[in-house]
Parts: sequence; C-alpha cells; structure tokens
Amino acid sequence: MTGQPFPVEAGHIMMFARAIGDEHPAYQGESALAPPTFTMASAHYDPDYHLRPKGDQEWFGSGGGPGVMAEGGGGLHAEQHFEYHRPVRAGETLYAHTVPGRSWEKQGRSGRLLFSERVTEYRDADGQPVVSSVTVAVVPEGPATPKDAR
Amino acid sequence: MSLSSSDIKVGETRESVLVEDLKRTRIVQYAGASGDFNPLHTDERFAVEAAGYPGVFAHGMLTMGMTGRVLTDWVGPESLLRYGVRFKAQVWPGDTLTATATVEAVEDTPDGPVARFSLRTVNQDGVEVVTGTATARLDP
Repeated sequence: MTGQPFPVEAGHIMMFARAIGDEHPAYQGESALAPPTFTMASAHYDPDYHLRPKGDQEWFGSGGGPGVMAEGGGGLHAEQHFEYHRPVRAGETLYAHTVPGRSWEKQGRSGRLLFSERVTEYRDADGQPVVSSVTVAVVPEGPATPKDAR
Repeated sequence: MSLSSSDIKVGETRESVLVEDLKRTRIVQYAGASGDFNPLHTDERFAVEAAGYPGVFAHGMLTMGMTGRVLTDWVGPESLLRYGVRFKAQVWPGDTLTATATVEAVEDTPDGPVARFSLRTVNQDGVEVVTGTATARLDP
C-alpha cells in the first residue's frame, strides 16, 4: 500500500479515549475499537505535521519570548466530516492519502475568510477504504489581529 | 451491536453533559493524544501575546470527540456511517458543555435501515459551540 502508514495501537486508543472522556469498554484492550474521531491522531505519524515541535526546527510557541504567530497561522478548524466504511481496530495499519479539496471565500465580520478543504482517505492493507475525512480550515485574510473576547 | 429500527423513533432526543468546568490540563491531554500541539490550545502566553486571543481554547476536535459519545452511547460504537460537525464558537477553560442528539429520520436504504441525527453542543450560556449531523446503521 502507498500512503502515510498509521499503525492503530491499543495504547494510543486508550490515551485518546481517555482524552475525550470516553472510557467505553469497546475502546479498551488489545483489540480495542477506535472512537469515531480517532483517525485525527494519525498526525502523530505524519513526519511533516506542522503542529508538532520537532527537535531540529524552530517552534513558534512561547519560550523566553511569547512566540510568533506564523504566516497564515491564524487558521482555525471550521468543519470536520467523517464517513465510516467499517470500524477501525487496534492491531491494523491504515494508510492515509491526503489531497486538497475545494476552496472558497466568504465575507466575515472583520474581513474576508478563506476556506479550504483537505480530504484524507484512510485505507487498509488491502486498499479498501476504511474512513474518509474532510477537514475544512478557515484563515482570515491579512495579518493576525486581536481576536474577539468571548 | 446496533439498535433495531423499532428501538428508535423520529423526534427522540438524548442529552449528555460532556464536561463541567473544562480544565486546561484536559486540553493538554487531548493535545498529547491527538498529536495536535498547536500552542493556541495549550500555551496561554502564546495565545494572548502572540495570537491576540483572551487565552487558550480547546481544540474543536476535543469537542467533536466528546460530542460523539452521545451518539455511540445510543447506537453503539460500531454503527456510525457518517459524523460531521461545524465549529460555531470557541470552547474556553471553565466551560460546561452539553450535547443533544435528535433523531431526524429513520429510513430504509439499499444497505438496510439507518437513523439520521442532528447534533447540537452548547456551553453554559446556551451558545452553540458545535452543530452537526450523523447517520447510523440499524439492525433490520
């Protein structure tokens, strides 16, 4: 199989299920099922994932200073959609293929908003589709500005 | 195990408190498990001074992950066919979130019966933070 390998591990499912506060017995043990949003955690296996500090690269969060908002770093998650072709279980390896999807613009309260989709197909070792994921990100046009309080 | 189509009726709802007084450590826990270490969610100084937010806020995917439980506790952890959300407002430390799932339709499809749900997660002020839809397989 081609694509980014994502080994689905029981311990990883346990940690993820705890993090979302769901200790359903189905998410426990060596043949645990994965919770519905678990495939997002394939980010751990993406060598180039930009939201993980890497030893040999500058990280944009605070240290001695407050950190630096990256170019386009004002991006937020606007929508997330999953289609499930079959359940995901610990012990298998999925292969993630990500391609850009549609992109569009909308006028927001304080300027133009740029939306873009990222489409990821998770397939199994036989090439069969397992989970299809569509992530919609939104980035405000222009430099980062102070954000609305709640 | 899935629900049978006779076990579920259009208009039925389930409500669940997902979290009370969300703690920052909980957001850190999700960052570690998911691999999304965006400092907007875990680094108060960065969020305020570099990004201009009032403070850190939760990953949208933490709210989506927690919201999923209202579905899987109802239809079972193996029955979802689709699950999608929009992130409508930020979730801040201290928030209390309540999710509601409503059965919008029970239909026969070529692959068997399904239930279609609408989803809504609100904070302690009644503000929608997530809205969405889901489809689950039912036993014939």
